[in-house]
Order: sequence, then C-alpha cells, then structure tokens
Amino acid sequence: MTRGSRQVGLPAWLIAPAAVGALFLVLPLAAMLTRVEWGNFFGLISSDSSVAALKLSLRTSSASTVLCVLFGVPLAMVLARTTFRGQQLLRSLVLLPLVLPPVVGGIALLYTFGRRGLLGHTFEVLGIQVAFSTTAVVMAQTFVALPFLVVSLEGALRTAGGRYEAVASTLGARPTTVFRRVTLPLVLPGLVSGAVLSFARSLGEFGATITFAGSLQGVTRTLPLEIYLQRETDADAAVALSLVLVIVAVVVIGFARGRGAI
Amino acid sequence: MKRCAAVLTALLVAGTMSACGSGGSDDSSSGTGTKTLTVYAASSLTSTFTELGKQFEADHKGVKVTFSFGGSSDLVAQLQGGAPADVFASADTANMDKATGDSLVEGDPVDFASNTLEIAVPPDNPARVSDFADLAKAGTKVVVCAPEVPCGAAAQKVEQVSGVTIKPVSEEQSVTDVLGKVVSGEADAGLVYVTDVKAAGDKVKGITFPESSSAVNSYPIAALAESKNKDLAQQFVDVVTGDAGQQVLADAGFAKPSP
Repeated sequence: MTRGSRQVGLPAWLIAPAAVGALFLVLPLAAMLTRVEWGNFFGLISSDSSVAALKLSLRTSSASTVLCVLFGVPLAMVLARTTFRGQQLLRSLVLLPLVLPPVVGGIALLYTFGRRGLLGHTFEVLGIQVAFSTTAVVMAQTFVALPFLVVSLEGALRTAGGRYEAVASTLGARPTTVFRRVTLPLVLPGLVSGAVLSFARSLGEFGATITFAGSLQGVTRTLPLEIYLQRETDADAAVALSLVLVIVAVVVIGFARGRGAI
Repeated sequence: MKRCAAVLTALLVAGTMSACGSGGSDDSSSGTGTKTLTVYAASSLTSTFTELGKQFEADHKGVKVTFSFGGSSDLVAQLQGGAPADVFASADTANMDKATGDSLVEGDPVDFASNTLEIAVPPDNPARVSDFADLAKAGTKVVVCAPEVPCGAAAQKVEQVSGVTIKPVSEEQSVTDVLGKVVSGEADAGLVYVTDVKAAGDKVKGITFPESSSAVNSYPIAALAESKNKDLAQQFVDVVTGDAGQQVLADAGFAKPSP
C-alpha cells in the first residue's frame, strides 16, 4: 500500500471505540500472563503429555497446511479465473466452514468418513481406518482451514488481475507456464498469508477434532485438547500450555508479517 | 474481491450475532415477584434434576428453578470464580471437596445417589463384547473417559482392581462424548455410567460387569454459602434427598447413596 502525500485527518470520535476494541482483544491475553506460574513454567510445559501434544499439533498443522495449499490453490484459481453456472453457489459452500461451528464440521465429517458414514464402508474395504487416527485430526484441521487459504488467495488473484497472464499467453506461453511463471509469483504474498492463516487455524482447531478424531495422547490429542483436559485437574498447566500456543501464534504471525504477507 | 469480502463480512457478522443471541437467560420475563433458584448440577443429572425442578416449581408458587448442567470440575471452577448459584450437586466427592475446601458450601454436603460403570456397545455389538476382560482384546475399539474426569478415574480404578488393562483408542473429555462415539458406531465399546445406558434407550446395549462395584461414584449435594435464598436452597436439597427425589433418581437408574 502506498501512502499519499497528504494525510486525511481521522475523525476524533473513532479513537475511543478503537481503543476499547484493542483493549478488549489485548487485555485477556495480559490477564492470562498474570496467572502463569513462572517459577514452574518449564516444569509444567515439559511433561510427557504436553510435549506429545505440542509435537502432534505442529505435525498435524503442517500436514493440513500442505493439503490446504495442494487443494486450495487450484480451487482459488477455478473461482477467480473462470466463470461457470453455479460458481457463486460453489464459492458460498466452500466458505461455509469459516462460519460453521467446528463441532458441526466434526459431526459432518463423522457422517462422511466415520465407520458408518457415507464413505466409511468404502474406506474400510480399502483397509483405511480413519476414526481415532492422526489422519482424522489432519482431516478435521484441513476442513476448517482450507477456506482461509481459498479466500485470501482468491482475493489476491482478483486484485492482481489477468493482464500479465494475457500478455504472457499472447507471447505463446502455455497455460501451465503462465500459471507457474506469472500467476504464482504475482500472488505469492497472498498465498503465504493464506497458508499462514490456515496453519494458525489448524493449530487452534478443537471442536471438529474432539468430535471426529477423539482424544488420545500422541495420536489425536492436540495442544488445544490437552489444554482443555488439563483444565479439569491442573489449571496452572492449562495456563502455561495456553501461553505456549499464544507464543507459537505470535511467532507465526510475526514471520508472516516479516515476509510482508499480512 | 470486494464482493467476496462483503460476503465474508456478512457471514462473519451473522455468525457473531447468532452467537450473541443464544446466551443469557432472562429472569425478567418470568412474571412479577418470582424468585429464581439457580442449581449447578453434574451433566449426568440433567434429566432427573430437570424433572425435579418442575415438581419444585409446581409445589412452590412464584419460584423458578434454573439449571446449569456441566462437568463437575467445570462447575466448581465457575463457583470458585464467583458464579451466583444456590445449590451444587456434584458427580463425585472430589469436586464437592474442592467446594467445601473453599468454604463455598453451607453446612455439610449430603450424598443423595450413586452410580457405577457399565459397558455400552452399539446394538449389534460388532466386537462381541460380553464382559470386562473382552475390552482388553486386540482389535476392539474401546473408548473411555480421560483419567482426569470422574468417569475416567472410576474406569482406571476398575482396571487396577480387576487387573485388566484396556488400551483405549480415545480418552474422552466427558461421559457424553464416550456415549456419542458408541452411539455413532465409531467405537466398539465404551465405559459409561449405568444411568447413561438407561437414558440412551435402544441406541446402545448395556453390559453390566461385576468388577464395576470396585468404583462407585457418590453424588453429594449442598446448599451454597453465597445463596440469597438459603431456605429455598435447603428445601431443594431436601426434595432431592427425600422420597420424591429418590424415586425419580431410582427410575433413571441411579443407586441409593453408598453408606
């Protein structure tokens, strides 16, 4: 974004609600910091179950981010670069998981890929057992995170426009070459920001996971599930682990900002 | 892009509004001069206490009973955080002890029911489970509660006493989650309470096992110190511990409090 030489003044009355909004977002995080048992912080976050949960979360979130890119980029291209009947409907449906409560997503996944779901029997015949596996966690995360990538990439594609692609095409480049040499480099910041958002969303996924995948240490119990469980008996550990999740989120966002992606 | 953003914003706003709309109970709409009695009770008491609440309202004109059902430890955490409530009924002694330890309770808690574990399987019993030892068989997908919650602690105790080691495919957060996995057919078997099997009707089949007697969960109830209607709170406790309450609880499958 380029800054104009003359800055238009901000209406003064916007400042107070803006401050309230910012405070509302920041204060709870600060309040959590006051509850962290610093003396025992590393003891609390280095228990077997915590480390297993963190590792599982990073592993599954990375896997689902890769899946989001693999399927989200083509999907965004289809939505941004073509027109066909029912496209609006498709876009709305693809964006649905953004606003759907994750637990609803979990139930929907259960009735699709669960043992008695729509495709469950087919999977069982093929020898694939999805239920209670790490695969189920990745599927739940991909389901909720994919729309984030599609939305941000489709936006970037539309903003970039098709002019360079058209020029490349008239110079004789094949569609794949145009996609690889022109389109992708143009929208790379949008793609990175979409991937970061997907990763962050996967990391925080809770409702769909607990509904669809279950909860077992090292297999399906990701960090948010571990925090929720620790809360039952050890509030200090839950707070410490929450802070770990906040730190990971800050690092991810910071990395993306550093790259100019967000 | 603009259009897309507008759709997105609209969707997000709609989501937020519906989220805002669903919360909060309005006490103001319940007529003039009504008193509200707020009861915090373990999730496993949902149907029985709802019924007792209706009876209580019928017997006490101008009194409205509202419930907050949840995991016992969640409820204690809310009470410790200053949630305004009149009565607390816990699914285990440990959580009631937390409340008494923090002087949240008026007088001494009274045990009013007990519950034991039962095996729940899908109606067609795909893994052919017939006793507790079958849960340890390889290939049988068993779901239990995590040891951190009361039903999981009970399951762990039964395992220790019986010497059977279950390798669960999932350790769920609550007994309802366990039941859900069995009802949907994802799991071959789950360890839940006797009352859960009864409440689920023909959606699951229950298999009782003698080892369950080694872990009996007692349900204590108490009026709360912060209550503004202490007489009314005590009357509700009396109803639950009295004949009417005991009948409703027995009908739901609860056993008498263990001596």
